[in-house]
Parts: sequence; structure tokens; C-alpha cells
Amino acid sequence: MATTEEIRTDLAEIVNEVAGVDADDVQLDKSFVDDLEVDSLSMVEVVVAAEEKFGVSIPDDEVKNLKTVGDAVAYIERASA
Amino acid sequence: MPALVSSTGAQHARILGIGAYRPGRIVPNSEIVDAIDSTDEWIQQRSGIRERRWATDGETVQVMAVGAARQALERSGIDARQIDAVVVATVSHYLQTPALATTVAHELGTDQAAAFDISAACAGFCHGVALASDLVRGGSAHHVLVIGVERLSEQTDPTDRGSAFIFADGAGAAVVGPSDVPGIGPVAWGSDGEHADLIRSRDDWRDVLASDAPRMPHLVMQGNAVFRWASFTMAKVGLAALDRAGITADELDCFVPHQANMRITDAMARAMKLPATVAIARDIAEQGNTSAASIPLALDRMYAEGTAHSGDLALLIAFGAGLAYAAQVVVLP
Repeated sequence: MATTEEIRTDLAEIVNEVAGVDADDVQLDKSFVDDLEVDSLSMVEVVVAAEEKFGVSIPDDEVKNLKTVGDAVAYIERASA
Repeated sequence: MPALVSSTGAQHARILGIGAYRPGRIVPNSEIVDAIDSTDEWIQQRSGIRERRWATDGETVQVMAVGAARQALERSGIDARQIDAVVVATVSHYLQTPALATTVAHELGTDQAAAFDISAACAGFCHGVALASDLVRGGSAHHVLVIGVERLSEQTDPTDRGSAFIFADGAGAAVVGPSDVPGIGPVAWGSDGEHADLIRSRDDWRDVLASDAPRMPHLVMQGNAVFRWASFTMAKVGLAALDRAGITADELDCFVPHQANMRITDAMARAMKLPATVAIARDIAEQGNTSAASIPLALDRMYAEGTAHSGDLALLIAFGAGLAYAAQVVVLP
């Protein structure tokens, strides 16, 4: 079972690849839209990459609830538990 | 019992030439932004579109279809009388019947070619190429004219932030004929009617007529869900078309997806892991999304800009309302 920090690190790598955001900036308290400037289309790409990476399913209805990096990490932890 | 004669066609088919018709009215983002309280920068960032082409009053679907077809015939070195079938892909022909293809075939001067329209929305062109290839190989036609034509400006809701900046007008055409070597790979196609509501006309015509203020039904779509489907599910269909043609991504020269949105094109290319050597069609920046016309229009630009050449292997993939999709690898004329 991956730790929260491991999931955050992997997610940061994905956000970096998709949106060009510095991976070090992808911290749990950061908002995807307001802090990292990941728009809704890039968010779809992040979600699809995260589904593959973590072997979880993140339906469209859930995506809008993932405001911060911490929200996404927590969802992935729950979904893969 | 007497035995029927069965038709036999050419062993292979290929595209002989491409034609394009770009309508006259250039509409920059600055003309779109006020009605959706947006900016040029936001539209470009969201879609890669800087400007789009809209038809003037006189540029009907008939005019644009004939224009693109004449150019395709000329570039193919084929006379209209050699065309046995005309297939028009469109969702912008507002006469329920007869099909647009019949009047286009007549105006072009074909010798009473078989003519019919197909309704596969943005996936129409690749459906048409697949049909044309099979008509030629099955012996039903020697030469087939495939035309995609749209006037989506009339179906655009100028106040819809999700689509007002996307849709555009134009026509593209291809002549498909017999070939000594394979020129059109097997089609990878299908539909997903479970998600028919993701992209659709907002209203049924009967509801329009019953309303107090009848108006053209607008196209509506659910942007993020469409983006996800188009970028990732369609990347798999593109790879399936490569596989069916026996081609690897490394052997591909050009990637010509339906010009839906630059972000979809980029995401698909990434998802398919296309090597940097593959030239990617980006006509949408100056043309907008022309649905069934977008692939031949994009190819036309690639020739003009020197990124596509005769003999190149190109992956065509078209996808849209339905959800309907079709993809094939072709040898460029």
C-alpha cells in the first residue's frame, strides 16, 4: 500500500507531465485551478493518467470534487484501499 | 435455379486527390468573445482556435460541396463523368429529402452517378472513405467522390460558453479509385449510442415547430466528457487502425484527426505515443471545427505547408456525435 507521500509524488509527476507545473509545487494544500492553474481539460488528462497509474476509477462526477491535490490523494487512497 | 452474376472490383483502392473549400468570412475570436463574456486568450488556450471560417449568405452547402469536389477531381485527373458514386457526409443539409449528393452530382456533371448522404456527424468523412474503398473493391463503382460539407455557424449558439467558439463552415472532398497496391487500410469504426446525449442537436424539429419562437436547433455538447472520450478512447481506436493496417507509429508520416479541438489533438497524440517525426494536422487554429469537412481541409493545409507529401502514410481518425467514430491509415495522393 502506497503512502500518502508516495501517491502525492506520483501525482505531482503526472501534473508536471500534463500541465508543465513544477512537481515541487504540487503539494497537498494546493488548489489545482487557483494555485497550479490546471484547467478543466488538463484535469481530465491528469485524472485519466492517475487512473492508469494507481489502478483506480475516477468518474466525471467525482472530478469536480477534487479541488486540491490533497482531495485527489485522499480519493486515490480510498479508492485503492 | 439460375446463378446470379456477382460483381468483382479492383483489388485495392486509394485516394486519388483531395479538394477543399474555405468559405469567405473570417471570424476572429474578437467577434465571439462578448456574447460569452470571454477573451481571445481563453479561447486559444481552451481550443487552439485563433479564428474560424464562416460561410457568407451565398455559400450554401451545395456551393461549398461543389467547390471542394471540383478541386478534388482536378487534382485527381478524373473527369466528373468517370464518377460512379457521390457520397456526401453532412449534418447541415436542411432539406429532409432529396439528399444533397444528388444535386451535387448533377451540378458536377456526373453521368447520373449513384448519390446519397450519410449522417455520421464529425465522423462522416472517414465513414465515407471506408464506404468508397469498399464500393471500389466490391465492384459497385470505379471512382467515388466523398464530400464532407458543413455550415455549423447556423447551428451555433453564440451565447454558449462551451461551443460558441468551436464550430465553423467549409467543405472537403476526396476522389477514391482503383489501385495496384493497397492505399486505404481497413477501417476501425464503431458507435457508442449509450452516450448519444454528449453531443447532439438540442431540439427535435417537431419540438422546434411546436414552440412559440421556432429557431434552428443548436448543437450542444458536454465538453469535459467529450474531451475524455475523444482524447483517450479515440487514441485506442487510432492504434487499432494502425494495427489493422499493419503499420507501427514509427512508420507513420502524418496524423490527421478530426479538427475538434487542438487540446484533443494534442492529448490523443500523447496518448498514442506518436513519435515527434509524425506531422500533426493543426488546421483548426484558422478554420475552426468543421465536422465532416475537417479532415480533407486539414490535409489540404498540410500539403500547402509542406508537412504532407504524396506517398506519405497518414492516420485519419474522425469522431463525434453518436458517439460515432472511424479511423483508417491511407497512402496520401
